[in-house]
Amino acid sequence: MADFFAMGGYGGYVWPAYIITVAVLIAATVVSLQAHMRARRSVQRLEDDSGENGESQT
Amino acid sequence: MITFLANPKRFLDFSNAIAPWLAVLAAVLLGVGFYWALVVTPPDYQQGQSVKIMFVHVPAAYMGIMVYGAMAVASLTGLVFRHPLADVAAKSAAPLGAAFTALALLTGSLWGRPMWGTFWQWGDARLVSELILLFIYLGYIALWNAIDDPVRAAKAAAILSLVGAADVPIIHFSVDWWNTLHQPASIVRPGGPTIDRSFLIPLLIMMAGYTVLFAWLWLVRMQTEILERRARSLMMARGA
Repeated sequence: MADFFAMGGYGGYVWPAYIITVAVLIAATVVSLQAHMRARRSVQRLEDDSGENGESQT
Repeated sequence: MITFLANPKRFLDFSNAIAPWLAVLAAVLLGVGFYWALVVTPPDYQQGQSVKIMFVHVPAAYMGIMVYGAMAVASLTGLVFRHPLADVAAKSAAPLGAAFTALALLTGSLWGRPMWGTFWQWGDARLVSELILLFIYLGYIALWNAIDDPVRAAKAAAILSLVGAADVPIIHFSVDWWNTLHQPASIVRPGGPTIDRSFLIPLLIMMAGYTVLFAWLWLVRMQTEILERRARSLMMARGA
């Protein structure tokens, strides 16, 4: 197990490379999904509002 | 196919249907790829375990260029056919391409230190042309943010992306034109790959995983952009 983390003496380079990679891929996913949810909610809200306005005017 | 999807409503329906499958496929490919790369692959006879960095570095560098290609094609389509969905596609790809390019630079630097004795070398054409690619991405994103009118922003950004496309062949051939630190191609070369199969297979799985992850996030971001444009037009209709 300790051998695995040591990576033949290159652990100080291999692990940061993998950690940065996983962090960036996860961050890209989270940021994209959050923006998507936010946009979906704001369209929903605006469509609901205009629906109510439409009814009250008739 | 393209004309069918050019309708934003149909695009949303289509992308909603395939997005979950892409997400699952990306998770499976990356799960297998990371495990194989970290645990299964043997050490290289020259580089020892530092070769493990290859499995995250090469796919990131590959995606930085592939995404740029997709962005440039979408930009050209937008300029020629003036279709908003092409502009949306180009704009949505850019931040993902920038992220992959940044990853290529960071992981490459962490690989270069033990193998070449340096994190960075201004004299190496591959390194510098890759850094320029990152700057082009950032400039492209900044240009979109600087211009309010989406039609004018799309046009200006598309021209920038086409001019910047000149950097792509420079990156690809830099290792042949200037023989400096970075090694020449070992996969896409005349005569077939020179890399051993025990490395090639997990590397190809990682590249597939990165590609499918990009495809999924690209669709999600395009949907987001379409929804934001819809919200803006609803807001304007309400204000009027």
